[in-house]
Amino acid sequence: MSANAIPRQTARRAVWPGWLAGVQRLGESPVGMVGAGLVLFWCLAAIFAPWLAPYDPNANHFDVGPVAPPSAAYWLGTDDQGRDILSRIIFGSRIVLTIAPLATLCAYVVGCVIGLLAGYYRGWVDTVLMQVCNIILSFPVLILYVIIMVKFGPSAINIIAAVTFVASPQVARLVRSQTLELREREYVAAAKMRGESAWYIMLIEILPNARGPLIVDACLRTGYTAITIGTLGFLGVGLRPPDPDWGGMIRDTYGFLLGGDVHMALAPAFALSSLVVGFSLLADGLREVSMRD
Amino acid sequence: MTEPAATATGPVLELDNARISYFTRAGEINVIPGISFKLGHGESLGLVGESGCGKSTVAFSIVNYLGGAGRLTGGRILFEGRDTARMPAEELRSIRGGKLAMVYQDPMSSLNPVIPVGRQLMEVPIIHLGASEEEARERAVRMLREVNLPDPESLFGRYPHQLSGGQQQRVVIAMALMAEPSLLVMDEPTTGLDVTVEAAVLDLVRELRRRHNTAIVFISHNLGTVVRVCDRIGVMYAGELVEEGPIGEVFRDPRHPYTRGLLECIPLLGTDKHSTALVPIPGQVPPALYRPKGCVFAPRCGFVDQARCTTERIATTYVAGSQGHRAQCVRSAEIPKWRRPAAAAGAAVGKRDKSDVLTIDRLRKTYRQSASIFAGGGGYDVNAVNDISMTAGRGMTLAIVGESGCGKSTFAKVLTGLEPATAGKVYLEGVDIGGVPVERRDKRMKRMLQMVFQNPDSTLNPSHSVGFAIGRSLRRLKDMGRREARGRSRELMETVKLPADFVDRKPRQLSGGQKQRVAIARALAGDPDLVIADEPVSALDVSVQAAIINLLIELQASRQTTMVFISHDLSVVRYLADFVAVMYLGKIVEYGSADDVFAPPYHPYTEALLSAAPIPDPDMQQKRIVLEGAVPSVTNVPAGCPFSTRCPRKVGTICETTPPPEQLTDTGHRIACHIPLAELRAVEPVITTAAE
Repeated sequence: MSANAIPRQTARRAVWPGWLAGVQRLGESPVGMVGAGLVLFWCLAAIFAPWLAPYDPNANHFDVGPVAPPSAAYWLGTDDQGRDILSRIIFGSRIVLTIAPLATLCAYVVGCVIGLLAGYYRGWVDTVLMQVCNIILSFPVLILYVIIMVKFGPSAINIIAAVTFVASPQVARLVRSQTLELREREYVAAAKMRGESAWYIMLIEILPNARGPLIVDACLRTGYTAITIGTLGFLGVGLRPPDPDWGGMIRDTYGFLLGGDVHMALAPAFALSSLVVGFSLLADGLREVSMRD
Repeated sequence: MTEPAATATGPVLELDNARISYFTRAGEINVIPGISFKLGHGESLGLVGESGCGKSTVAFSIVNYLGGAGRLTGGRILFEGRDTARMPAEELRSIRGGKLAMVYQDPMSSLNPVIPVGRQLMEVPIIHLGASEEEARERAVRMLREVNLPDPESLFGRYPHQLSGGQQQRVVIAMALMAEPSLLVMDEPTTGLDVTVEAAVLDLVRELRRRHNTAIVFISHNLGTVVRVCDRIGVMYAGELVEEGPIGEVFRDPRHPYTRGLLECIPLLGTDKHSTALVPIPGQVPPALYRPKGCVFAPRCGFVDQARCTTERIATTYVAGSQGHRAQCVRSAEIPKWRRPAAAAGAAVGKRDKSDVLTIDRLRKTYRQSASIFAGGGGYDVNAVNDISMTAGRGMTLAIVGESGCGKSTFAKVLTGLEPATAGKVYLEGVDIGGVPVERRDKRMKRMLQMVFQNPDSTLNPSHSVGFAIGRSLRRLKDMGRREARGRSRELMETVKLPADFVDRKPRQLSGGQKQRVAIARALAGDPDLVIADEPVSALDVSVQAAIINLLIELQASRQTTMVFISHDLSVVRYLADFVAVMYLGKIVEYGSADDVFAPPYHPYTEALLSAAPIPDPDMQQKRIVLEGAVPSVTNVPAGCPFSTRCPRKVGTICETTPPPEQLTDTGHRIACHIPLAELRAVEPVITTAAE
């Protein structure tokens, strides 16, 4: 049998190389495209905030009085301190879109290491690591967040630390289950037989093949982290005022909601939910596309 | 062969130019352009072909069960004269499982895991024949007895998971036969079973067909199983039925080049690499969307005549003077009579005169099974590999054969160091590596011993390119630099007969056979002295299998590499091996040169294995030895001879209580059995060729 006899058209060629091919394939899923559109919308808002926002987000405009309803000058009205709500939402997206992905990333780094170690070595390493994770997972999440934030004080770094602490055990469980399956693959045995180190096998042979479910989960998790940041802001243990933070903006309206001035709460709530829905749909789309193979 | 046909009027099944398509997002994909055949009462037709040839699609279309995407887009499928595609859903449901039954490959997915098997059997006559509870129960017990299941009464209340694979498949067959079907469609019914179990199930199917006069469509990739069950054979290629006819005629005088190709690439039990050459079919089956115009086989055909073969669809011609033997080939009457190809000179490997590369001395691998804390006690030991000794010389192939659970894969893991041995020694070039796990082996030891794995889809890391996989081995084992490793990877690709630019491909861009070639290249990267191949061809189609076997033989001859070849397929082992060890429940029951092991004296287990092996040649006579029961679990090995629970030649209680002595002949052939050698020598050979 000569080499020429092997047909070469068996390869399914992607139009774009590497990871871009994934983006190209996302186009096959309408749901995923809607999600990607929403996320992209907020990303653009965050990047171009200084040019898009009509006013300084922290400036007080008392020309229309505090808690002004939407008008031609202030499209979404002003809040109790006379600040333009639209500008605050646009600038608020910067905060959410920085902290949420960063916190998720940190949770993933820690979670992947724990999950890989537990799944690869099994035995007592697995038992110890997973029991620690289970203990963390058994706390009511919100109470855990509040305790951490109250103890260490409100700041962006502490939010990231808190999210990492709470979410990494969940990530670890996911990575561990993937690792347990992938460690039995023959290419892992082949790597052992050529004398690769345990870390090489975990990071180069196993982790890249777990990426499918991990990317989907990371998308969803970023959305949930956005909610968490909002929740912490609403509880008053999030970021320090006066920086615009969507959760904090909703909390500020609390006293006025009963008076019927719902516009102050609706706008940031809508912004937050559209971002979270965007991440969820994007995750759904990615899952749909990855299932097609 | 007796023909029980023509007992009733009209065919049971008739496919009249049936055209089947699947509808996907990419549009219509026509998988079967038009297939026609007839099946009379009590007849059996075997459909064979490689994967992707549309065998299963035909099977599903007969029961009109193609799923949402598949549809009959032309022609007719008539079951007892009625068109199944135009039948009302209600009527279709009443004949499925009744007059028309199906048996699939995986029995576990045909049985409901939460209902006792007896209850599931009873449902059939209750639904299809309107039987009462007592009547149904009686019929079910009778049918279980008929499929040779021991103690049907107690089996009745058991759940599917409490039965062995062979027993499950028997229950599925019993269920299919409950309503006295006139047609039974079987799709790879024995593919997941061990050879001895497979043989018993095939004999059962044959027997039941005679008794109930049921017509059978039997689909298999294995020509040998078809010979055992059917009297007609249909060869499918790329959606077309390229040849069909009585089994004897088709095998003796195949008229389609694809049929010839299939026969030439399968090792026949009794032939070896010195006497016969395997001729792989070049290229691969084209996907449904890229089928060539004219004859679908033309691009791979050795008899192709461009002018006539590639212009229009080929008509079917009948062979003159035959019993309905037809082929879809324009040259079917012109091509010469078929002869099995003889081996090219030079395939011979020298006699065992060189040093032993591998010496295994009383090797043992024990797993500790922890008992339940409620049962008390600290658990017990399971001997997966139990006290085995053997040697392999340079450039030789030592084959390990046995059924699943016999410990052959554990043995491979111990050799590779992926699992350390519990006791005993393994000397590789004089260095003891038996108890040394792979992490503690030094670079030289790792380089000396490499492995080719079974599953082409898991042997290469899907995230890395082919060049990365081979290059990494070169850099680790031969201390090459990045650039040097890259150049050498390209050379290795050509060694395994792949284009050098394949190094940039990802595994998903390769076919199964190509992946396995890359895996061989990776194993050869460090120029090993010993390669362990664990079922390297069992997941491949026969034509690809032949090419890989040829490659292994060629590489081994040119490099003088020793190979330990692990397989359950006796034909492949007979073809490839110089030395053979037959394993049963962790023990080696017989060991010797291939010529010695495959001829009397046999160990009774080897004899049974040989009699069970499916042979794709109706002219070969094979002794029938049916083994009772299944392989016992390794947790429950008999104290004496491990084979004593199933042995048809059992001497007496001595077999159960005393481990058998190892009897050695003067040629180094070793048999562990209580029966004296002289008596074993007198046994007739299992396989004999009918006088011509």
